[in-house]
Amino acid sequence: MRFSGLRVLKEGLTGNKGWRPHWRDPEPKPEYDIVIIGGGGHGLSTAYYLARDHGLKNIAVLERGYIGGGNIGRNTTIVRANYFLQGNSEFYSHSLKLWEGLEEDLNYNVMHSQRGIINLFHSDGQRDAAARRGNMMISQGDDAILLGREELRKMVPYLNFDDLRFPLYGGLYHPRGGTARHDAVAWGYARGADQRGVDLIQNCEVTGIDIENGKVKGVQTVRGPIRAKKVAMVAAGRSSQVAAMAGMRLPIESHILQAFVTEGLKPVIDNVITFGMGHFYISQSDKGGLVFGGDLDFYASYAARGNLPTVEHVMEAGMALMPMIGKAKVLRSWGGIMDMSPDGSPIIDKTHIDGLYVNCGWNYGGFKAVPGSGSVFAHLIATGNYHPASTRHRLDRFRTGRGIIDEEGKGSQHNLH
Amino acid sequence: MRITCPHCGERDHREFYYKGHALALERPAADAGEAAWDDYVYLRENPAGVTRDLWYHEGGCGAWVVVTRSTLTHEVLSTEPASEARA
Repeated sequence: MRFSGLRVLKEGLTGNKGWRPHWRDPEPKPEYDIVIIGGGGHGLSTAYYLARDHGLKNIAVLERGYIGGGNIGRNTTIVRANYFLQGNSEFYSHSLKLWEGLEEDLNYNVMHSQRGIINLFHSDGQRDAAARRGNMMISQGDDAILLGREELRKMVPYLNFDDLRFPLYGGLYHPRGGTARHDAVAWGYARGADQRGVDLIQNCEVTGIDIENGKVKGVQTVRGPIRAKKVAMVAAGRSSQVAAMAGMRLPIESHILQAFVTEGLKPVIDNVITFGMGHFYISQSDKGGLVFGGDLDFYASYAARGNLPTVEHVMEAGMALMPMIGKAKVLRSWGGIMDMSPDGSPIIDKTHIDGLYVNCGWNYGGFKAVPGSGSVFAHLIATGNYHPASTRHRLDRFRTGRGIIDEEGKGSQHNLH
Repeated sequence: MRITCPHCGERDHREFYYKGHALALERPAADAGEAAWDDYVYLRENPAGVTRDLWYHEGGCGAWVVVTRSTLTHEVLSTEPASEARA
């Protein structure tokens, strides 16, 4: 089933009776070439690119719950490539290019909107840092524009330009950044993978990973054992529990990041705006809700909900930056479970067990990485070699101390990134 | 979430700074080797359930406190001074 304007028109005129489920609901087979643990954004995109780029078909994605029910449906939907360090910058650049062709590629409307991102700065020192970051983004081939205070005022006149604690000196503008519809990204990849022959198996929690003589043999699931030549762990949010089934400890601590949505409003905020010093960022969804969030609650948690002090802090920061949103009513809030790594950057690698691969440690940045992560992870699983855009996401960088990608220079404490 | 400081009593968790897993108390010897230091600095059990972690009563008495709590429910099960936890 292909989507097109003509098809929408035809269905509209015939009572929308021709639409079919977007993917099958297959029974698990006893054996696959590749089993992917985790049917989130990254697992689905990995399966999709294994099929699209490497011609592999005999693949299963095992999802504990339902497609779109994990962190892919619990984020603030921001897409960007504004990283500073090598390792991250070429990877997110690769991912952003995939985003730009994603809808045509998937034949699916993921509502990718390149509305631009503005990172605010508040001092001469921060301006210098922003300029340097912008130059790194440009040298990577991406886009960045340094806005002064008056240019910023023209774009976003509703900010509080009289804040004495954090005066607005300007912003680093990344025009190709923006947002996308998170659920549609999961659905689009699921449909694309399914159409290429991948079995998406929901309600199929993995309960064990079978390893013999240092080689992976398959997995145990609540729906029976499944043999596999290769197994990929892509379960950010639950990475430590999945890896523990293979006897591994990961350099990951799980933390809560809360986010909030208001009632639908008329268009008021055109871009994504980040106020790093206040731990606040905001955009407006196409439905009109203001989508915003702040920093971690800072203690390890799997509760998928946070405590009130962080709620209060985020609201205060929002009011300090843009007092105009004060009358908007917050409809709901939630907490995502973040895989926090010790340098704030992800891990995409083989493990010491033959045939077992790991993809984890996405910190706050997993959503924008969905296309890039799937693409480079599929490359690694299919060819055994690192993709050129992901040569530095090694698992052993912590043990050896070589190749740490600490974007903010904060050290090894997991919750500080 | 409220944390009972062994010295000050039950307090708002905002008074405390969170360090991470109480593993931080088990610092290996300088010559313990790469694997021991990897374990200490980076690798985490990261349990979904009961954990022991280290909090600093920054806005109170300045004590380091070992908190036993659930990462699934945020329930605080017990607390003790880090000095006693290590002994």
